[in-house]
Amino acid sequence: MMKRLLLSAAALALSTSMAQAQYSDNKVKIGVLTDLSGTYSDLAGQGSVEAARMAVEDFGGKLNGMPIEIVSADHQNKADIASSIGRKWYENESVDAIFDLVTTAAAVAVREVSREKGKIDINSGAASTVLTNAQCSNTGFHWTYDTYALAVGTGNAVVKQGGDTWFFLTADYAFGHDLQAQTEKVVKANGGKVLGAVRHPFPNSDFSSFLLQAQGSGAKIIGLANAGADTINAIKQAKEFGITQSGQKLAGLLVFLSDVNSLGLETAQNMQLTTGFYWDMDDGTRAFSKKFSERMKGKMPTMVQAGVYSSVMHYLKAAQAAKSDEGIKVADKMRELPIADFFAKNGKIRADGRMVHDMYLAEVKKPAESKGAWDYYKILRTIPGDEAYKPLAESACALVKK
Amino acid sequence: MMTILGIPVQALFGQLLLGLINGAFYAMLSLGLALIFGLLNIVNFSHGALYMMGAFVAWLLLNFLGMGYWTALIVTPVVVAIFGMIVERTMLRRLYKLDHLYGLLLTFGLALIIEGAFRQLYGISGMPYAVPKELQGGWNLGFMFLPIYRGWVVVASLVLCLGSWLLIEKTKLGSYLRAATENPSLVQAFGINVPMMVTLTYGFGVALAAIAGVLAAPIYSVNPLMGSNLIIVVFAVVVIGGMGSILGAVITGFMLGLVEGLTKVFYPEAASTVIFVVMAIVLMIKPAGLFGKRS
Repeated sequence: MMKRLLLSAAALALSTSMAQAQYSDNKVKIGVLTDLSGTYSDLAGQGSVEAARMAVEDFGGKLNGMPIEIVSADHQNKADIASSIGRKWYENESVDAIFDLVTTAAAVAVREVSREKGKIDINSGAASTVLTNAQCSNTGFHWTYDTYALAVGTGNAVVKQGGDTWFFLTADYAFGHDLQAQTEKVVKANGGKVLGAVRHPFPNSDFSSFLLQAQGSGAKIIGLANAGADTINAIKQAKEFGITQSGQKLAGLLVFLSDVNSLGLETAQNMQLTTGFYWDMDDGTRAFSKKFSERMKGKMPTMVQAGVYSSVMHYLKAAQAAKSDEGIKVADKMRELPIADFFAKNGKIRADGRMVHDMYLAEVKKPAESKGAWDYYKILRTIPGDEAYKPLAESACALVKK
Repeated sequence: MMTILGIPVQALFGQLLLGLINGAFYAMLSLGLALIFGLLNIVNFSHGALYMMGAFVAWLLLNFLGMGYWTALIVTPVVVAIFGMIVERTMLRRLYKLDHLYGLLLTFGLALIIEGAFRQLYGISGMPYAVPKELQGGWNLGFMFLPIYRGWVVVASLVLCLGSWLLIEKTKLGSYLRAATENPSLVQAFGINVPMMVTLTYGFGVALAAIAGVLAAPIYSVNPLMGSNLIIVVFAVVVIGGMGSILGAVITGFMLGLVEGLTKVFYPEAASTVIFVVMAIVLMIKPAGLFGKRS
């Protein structure tokens, strides 16, 4: 009896030590690296950190018996700060994976460090398709949306409704140029014409001059290839200058729920946009969003924040199934497992790291249609994932076998 | 249609008018800055934050006390000026005898704290503030559509700037003020309460920033960073006009609005830098600024 007890104790000890060997430092540690103080801190920021915490809590706080820890930091939208925090986390603080990474420049900087260290980075906040093309990595993923999906979603819909001549107001940096280029392609492919574009400084508060140039072009559609406060100011001033009333339409190419909240429905109404998530779609999205808003002073989650929850959850599931927190093993498992949660009903991860899921074409409600706070969107159409995202065959990613 | 460098004259008129509107904001803000620098010898880096505070106070008055735009236009500057005067009495006062650098550091720190506090409370995306009913809509001028509200901003700014200039140059109070700038101890010897005058001047400069904030609220997104986006340009305006020169600040404000407006037509990418190019050129040719006195 005694002998058997000893034997089983030894077996138990052996099994735990084996488990220990698979998870570095006897814990799983994830980092949320985001903009906690700047332009994007409302659409990502603290809400992303909270979403990651919720995912860890819903997962049970432990992974195969190992505690899960979360750290977060502010990269201030700067590439150098992002890469030095990423390096410090991987080298000294045994962080296993980094999430959110809003702002393309910061995302690319961390992608390089992650690739070098064989660690996982899952991007929810940044927009550029460069992350799944030139900068793709076998441990790097892009979760929520990208410039291609935005261009296809909004561009297609607008041109099909007769908006076949465009003028762009473009934020003068990589993201704006990328978004404009992608959208131009979609417009031209649908038989539309691009009459002109103006690159405005980033950030910029007065858009009246650029709007007047857009008005002078006679284009039916003014495409806003910018984000955050720039988009908000441009839309606000377009209304002020009677541009929307005189028949020209605005197409906000990247508009977040937090932007609409800031604009107010009176100004934002009727605008069409593409989003990867909206809180009021079904019971699953509402349940998550209600819990989120209780923790975030009543704010509903943006697609970026919901995407952080979904990506953390999928990472944890994969790390559990892989019985390891080693980057490449978890990454393989992540590609293997399907994604089915409130955020992505039928998500799958491709070889280039793109998580393909359905996107939605939404229209901002009129004030009379809104039943209360945060009741902002009507979903016009579900864009199937394979249509929304760039076909794998066109990917410039070196990991894609052709 | 007539064109200048490929741009129709009509469109150019529109752009010049828009430049003038932006210039109105530069003028109001740089006027306050010049005034404060002239009398207090403080480079008030918190000016942008106080402008932002003006916009936010207007928003708060509307959403919590139901006060409309016109009431806010009166109440806001008073509230923000009181805040400013408390800052002057408790903190700035200690720095008058020291190097400019100390005042600059203190006010810069204050700006960061004020902005941080508003960011913590209201986030970064900003709040909507509607154009008041009386000023909605616009006029069709033939060459452009001018929103009534923008017209109002230019008029209000011109009245404020002219009023401030008259107050300082043509009234007795103004003459005390100018005298106190030149030689505070002598003016004090005549029985004038110079410290009180300094406090009020700071309050006045701050109130101007707050009014500019209220005027800006319906045009721009009311957000915690609206001031820091503007303040650097406004500093350049003051430097170009000549530190401490009130008339210089106002004229330069409108003028640079025009220069910026034209840049937005001919080479938009440079719109945010053109003012600094002008600043560099002016500093090389006239180090004291266009309207500054040689010291």
